[in-house]
Amino acid sequence: MIIEQLSIFLNNSIGRLSEVTGVLGTEGINMKAFTLSESSDFGLLRIITDDNEKAVTVLKRHGFAISSSKVVFIDLQDDTPGSLSIIMKRISDLGISVESMYAFSTADGAKVVIQADDIERCNKILMK
Amino acid sequence: MYYNEEIETMSREELHRLQSERLVRIVKYTYDNVEFYRKRMDEHHVAPSDIKSVDDISKLPFMTKQDLRDYYPYGTFAAPAESIVRFHASSGTTGKPIVAGYTQNDLDCWSEGVARCLTAYGLSHKDIIQVSYGYGLFTGGLGAHDGAHRIGAATLPTSSGNTSKQIMLMKDLGSTALCCTPSYALFLAESLENDPDTDISRDIKLKVGVFGAEPWTENMRKELESKLRIKAYDIYGLTEVSGPGVGGECECQDGTHLWEDMFYPEIIDPVSLQPVPHGNRGELVFTTLLKEGMPVIRYRTRDLTYLDYSRCKCGRTMVRMGKILGRSDDMLIVRGVNVFPSTVESVIMEFPEFNGQYFITVDRVNSTDTFDVDVELRPELYNGNMSGILKLKDALTWRMVSVLGIKPAVHIAEPGSIERSMGKAKHVMDKRKF
Repeated sequence: MIIEQLSIFLNNSIGRLSEVTGVLGTEGINMKAFTLSESSDFGLLRIITDDNEKAVTVLKRHGFAISSSKVVFIDLQDDTPGSLSIIMKRISDLGISVESMYAFSTADGAKVVIQADDIERCNKILMK
Repeated sequence: MYYNEEIETMSREELHRLQSERLVRIVKYTYDNVEFYRKRMDEHHVAPSDIKSVDDISKLPFMTKQDLRDYYPYGTFAAPAESIVRFHASSGTTGKPIVAGYTQNDLDCWSEGVARCLTAYGLSHKDIIQVSYGYGLFTGGLGAHDGAHRIGAATLPTSSGNTSKQIMLMKDLGSTALCCTPSYALFLAESLENDPDTDISRDIKLKVGVFGAEPWTENMRKELESKLRIKAYDIYGLTEVSGPGVGGECECQDGTHLWEDMFYPEIIDPVSLQPVPHGNRGELVFTTLLKEGMPVIRYRTRDLTYLDYSRCKCGRTMVRMGKILGRSDDMLIVRGVNVFPSTVESVIMEFPEFNGQYFITVDRVNSTDTFDVDVELRPELYNGNMSGILKLKDALTWRMVSVLGIKPAVHIAEPGSIERSMGKAKHVMDKRKF
């Protein structure tokens, strides 16, 4: 399914992550997914929360550069070798380019978050 | 409309002849009357007879603000004390101010310069000109006043400050032009907008703004023009040379015409001190061709700009000066290349993705200069896309390379993370130890 992910621009400096997570904690916002990608000077923190609208408001108020975008969220019941490969093949067969993705495995299966250049088509092919 | 059509539109050849004749005279006059010039010229092994036209001007030594301070108060005066009719002084923030003395002829030339500007802005004897520059030692108030008087306009000498009274008189008397600093004009405009008793389009008759004495941007012009429903024009000048009215814009608003028949401009490289090719950027230098009281010869203004000698659509042949791009005192030399922070700033401003805050750090590591530029992202234009930001960083880097001639290390930073200063913004840290 398509869900909303938040992306926060952070200086690559000590304590910045603790500040952003501190704000979310204080405001009672729970993070469902969290990933960080970095360049030499800055990092992009991507999160999915239980209240994205509120997260955007409070983080903006604290001066963070934040934007939201649509991502495809896949709940893989079948957490077995090769299952991700099937999905990736379907996406690449359609010529969809993956911009970023991350995955994590839980007791009730694996979860995958995909940011792609054509979210709608990507989602459609995976719903089949 | 021209105030002095013959001069303002004279051919460049005629102007060259006039300038040359006047330069020869002023060089001889200062040499004969002022010890300072005599000593300087002797030290440079140049005699008045070596100067035959303006093409010889580069043989003459430069002078600086420090010279005017060193020879304070009368050391560079050329006219006898009894012929001085007025003094002005620049706002020296440290030490002695720069004091200028004017003969009656000097005041007449000055007011003619201002009159040419006011006429170019479309003003005439039919106008009511409100002069909100400070009256006193500062050249702004009395300079604009004398020019307004010269064209026969009704002058309203409000001087600066007391904004509510300025507004009352502006409304009641129907001022059609306002002379002041652009920052005060903005303050006045905001006060008018916030005044519940004023409807600007109904109550304010202003049509022209005459703004100078501080640098201002094209954006500020747009803002002032739309807020006050006027045409806003630049007027340029400096106390050392005379005062406001050394030059001004015309109706084309495409460069500031300098009154070259009175004030001879040059652009030099502030490091090599050599003249730069026409149209190139550098430091503006003035020679007063007619001043009697306190002339200056090749006075280095420290203002960085360029001159455009192409003919203006308004018909004036007088050269046009571009916007002041900064001051040569601020220049950095990085890996042998001259870098002006103002140029770095203007490149950053080309990118809407950045908010205009920046910080330059220069250092020397393993005997090579490092050149780092931090810029802040504008939060509204952040789209969360890593490759987009990296592309933006590349685009800024390569734009800097093409404009500056050296490659900076660009760092994109969070909005608000570059330190702000309370007073004049500080944009540069040079950590090199020489």
